[in-house]
Amino acid sequence: MLTKRFDPLKGEMLQIMDAEGRIVAPELKPDLSDERVLELYKVMLLTRAADTKALQLQRQGRMLTYAPNTGQEAAQVGSAAVLRETDWLVPAFRELGAWLVKGVSLEHIYLYWYGNEWGSHFPENVRMLPISIPIASQLNHALGLAMASKLKGEDDVTIGYVGDGGTSIGDFSEALNFAGVFSAPVVFFIQNNQYAISVKRAVQTKASTLAQKAVAAGIPGIQVDGNDLFAVYAAVEEAVNRARAGEGPTLIEAYTYRLGAHTTSDDPTKYREDDEVLVWQARDPIKRTKEYLIAQGLWSAEQDEAQVAEYEAYALEVFRKVEETGEPQLEDFFKYTYRDMPEHLKEQYQEYVQYLEGKVK
Amino acid sequence: MALMNLVSTVNHTLDHEMARDERVVVFGEDVGVEGGVFRATVGLQKKYGPDRCFDTPLAEGAIVGMAVGMAINGLRPVAEIQFSGFMYPAYNQIVSHVARMRNRTRGRLTLPLVIRMPHGGGIKALEHHSESLESILGHIPGLKIVVPSTPYDAKGLLLSAIRDDDPVFFLEPSKIYRAFRQEVPEEDYTIPIGKAKIVREGEAVTVVTWGAYVHDVMKAAEQLAAEGIDAEVIDLRTIAPFDRAAIVESVKKTGRFVVVHEAMKTFGPGAELIALVNEKAFLYLEAPPTRLTGFDITIPLPRGEHHYFLDADRIAAGIRDVVNF
Ligand SMILES: Cc1ncc(C[n+]2csc(CCOP(=O)(O)OP(=O)(O)O)c2C)c(N)n1
Ligand SMILES: [Mg+2]
Repeated sequence: MLTKRFDPLKGEMLQIMDAEGRIVAPELKPDLSDERVLELYKVMLLTRAADTKALQLQRQGRMLTYAPNTGQEAAQVGSAAVLRETDWLVPAFRELGAWLVKGVSLEHIYLYWYGNEWGSHFPENVRMLPISIPIASQLNHALGLAMASKLKGEDDVTIGYVGDGGTSIGDFSEALNFAGVFSAPVVFFIQNNQYAISVKRAVQTKASTLAQKAVAAGIPGIQVDGNDLFAVYAAVEEAVNRARAGEGPTLIEAYTYRLGAHTTSDDPTKYREDDEVLVWQARDPIKRTKEYLIAQGLWSAEQDEAQVAEYEAYALEVFRKVEETGEPQLEDFFKYTYRDMPEHLKEQYQEYVQYLEGKVK
Repeated sequence: MALMNLVSTVNHTLDHEMARDERVVVFGEDVGVEGGVFRATVGLQKKYGPDRCFDTPLAEGAIVGMAVGMAINGLRPVAEIQFSGFMYPAYNQIVSHVARMRNRTRGRLTLPLVIRMPHGGGIKALEHHSESLESILGHIPGLKIVVPSTPYDAKGLLLSAIRDDDPVFFLEPSKIYRAFRQEVPEEDYTIPIGKAKIVREGEAVTVVTWGAYVHDVMKAAEQLAAEGIDAEVIDLRTIAPFDRAAIVESVKKTGRFVVVHEAMKTFGPGAELIALVNEKAFLYLEAPPTRLTGFDITIPLPRGEHHYFLDADRIAAGIRDVVNF
C-alpha cells in the first residue's frame, strides 16, 4: 500500500515521474494505456488553453474575475481521472481540469465565471456539486454524499477538493474526523499550491506536511508530487479502491504550485520572488508529461503546438457563445429561491418589471 | 491635510492609532505581508513589525476568537475579515462570546476589539462577496456597528471604534473604497459612534441611508430637487446603536420617511427604522413609511447584480412615490 510506504511524518513523498518526464518508480506506475495517458494529457492542455483564453478575455474586459489553474493541471486531471461516472466530485474553485474530466462542459465553467448562475446547472448525469467559494465548507458535503452512498448500500465514492489554506479552517478537521469515525467512502484531496492568496503554506500550519493531518483523524494520509500525473493517479486510485471496498477515507496532499495569480484581481509580485516561480516553472506538469509522451514516441512537439492552437481557438469559440447567450434572465433571480415563488416575491418581481417597463416608455 | 480615498484612510488611521497606542494589533488573512487584498493594511507590518501586524492562517472563527482573548488580556485587537461573506465561520464567536462577555461577567470582562470588513456590493465581485450584514449583526445585543460613507468620517469613526470599550464592527463599503478622494486631516479627531449626520437638509421627505448608498441617494436628491422636491438626507453612520433622535426629529419635520439600504427587505434594517418611526412619529406621518431595499433573493452573480442594487433613478422613483402619495 502506498500510504504505508510513504509516510508523511517522515517527509516521504510519492513520485513516479520526475520533472524531466522520466519514470523513476516504474513498479508504482499505474496501469494506464498509452491512449488513456494521451487523453488525460490533452485535458491538461485544454485546461491550460482555457486559462490562457480566460485571462486574455478578462484583460479585454469581457470576462469577470477568474481563478487560474496554471501549474496544477496534473493534480486536477490525475485525481478526477480515477473516478467513474457515478462517483461524486465536490469542488472548491480551482480544479478546472478535474471538472472537465468529470464531464462538465467548458461552456458551463465559462458561464459561471462570466457571472451567470446557469454555469452551476450541470447535466443530470454529471455528479459534481457547484463551485464552493466559502473555503473548505464543501468538505462536509463530500462527507455527506459519501455517507449517503454507504447508507444506501451503493459503492460510489466521493472526492472532495480543498486548498492548502483550507486545511486551517474548522470544516476541514471536522470533515476528516467524521469521515474517520463513520468510515465514509470519501477521498479528501488537497491541492497544496503553496499559497492562500499571499499567505505562504508555512504560515498555515507548523506541521511539516498537510498529509500528516490524517494521523490525528486516524485515517491514512499521503503526500504526492502534485505535478506528476502518475503519482497523483496512483495515490487516488488506491484511495478510491479502498473507499469502494468499504475501508474508509484517505487524505491526499498533492504538492504543487500556483504558477499564476490567485485570481485576476491579485498581483503575486507583491508577495513572492520570481526566482521561486522559475524553480516551479521547471517542474511544470504539462512540460513533464509532454516530455514523457514524446520520449515514448506517442506525441511530438508539432502535434503539441497544433493541439494547443486548436484548444485555444475552441476556448474562444466557447466564450463567444457564452457572451452571446450568457445574459441572465431577470425572472430566474426570483424563480429559484423556493420551489414555488411566494406571493411577496412575485410582488417584488412584478413591481420591478413594471418599473423597468415604465423606464423604457 | 491630505487627499485620501476610503481605503487609504483606513490605512492611515490604523497607522495613526498603532503609533499612538501600542496595545493595538492588526491581523487577518493576507493582512501582513501583502497588506490586505484591498491594501487597507499596506506598510503596517514593515513599520510596526510582525508582532503588531500579521497574517493568520485561514480561519475566521479563530481570528475572532483570538481577538476575544487578546482584548480580555489587555490588547486592542483590530481584526480583518477579508469579505463580509466569510464572516459566517466566526458567527458562533460573535454571537456567543463577542456580544455577551460584558453582560455575562457583569462588566468584569470587556472586549475593546474591532472587526473590520468590506461591506456590500456593486463591484462585480464573485459569489459571497457582496453581503450586507446589518441585520445579522444588528439583531445581537452588545455589538456596535459602524458604516462610514466618506474618508473623513472613516477616520473619525475608526478611531472611536478602536478606542471604544465595546466590540465594534467596522463595515467598509467596498464599492467606494477608491471611488473618490477627500481631504482628511492628519490630526487626531473622533466622530462619536451613535450619531447620524444630516448630509442634506430638506422639508419634503426624510431619507435615511448609509454606506455607498449615501452617494446614490444624494444623486437622487439632486434629481428630485430639480423637480421641486426637497429631500432631507440622513447618513446613519452607526447601525447599532443607531441615532433614534435624529430620525424622529427629522420625520416630525417632513412627515414622510424613506429608508434605503442594500440588504434584503424582509427583516432588513429598514424594518427596524420604520418601526421606530411608527412608534415615535406616527401622528406626524403623511404617507406610509417606505423601504427601498434589495429584493428577498440571493444576491445575483455579477452579470445580474445591477438588478439587485439600486441606482439613483430607482431611488428617486421610490422617493417620488412617497412624496406624491
Ligand atoms: C471562509 C473563507 N475565508 C476567506 C475567503 C477568501 N479567500 C478566497 S480564496 C482564499 C485563499 C484560499 O487558499 P487555498 O485554500 O490554499 O486555495 P487556493 O486559492 O490556493 O487554490 C481566501 C482567503 C474565502 N473564500 N472563504
Ligand atoms: Mg493554496
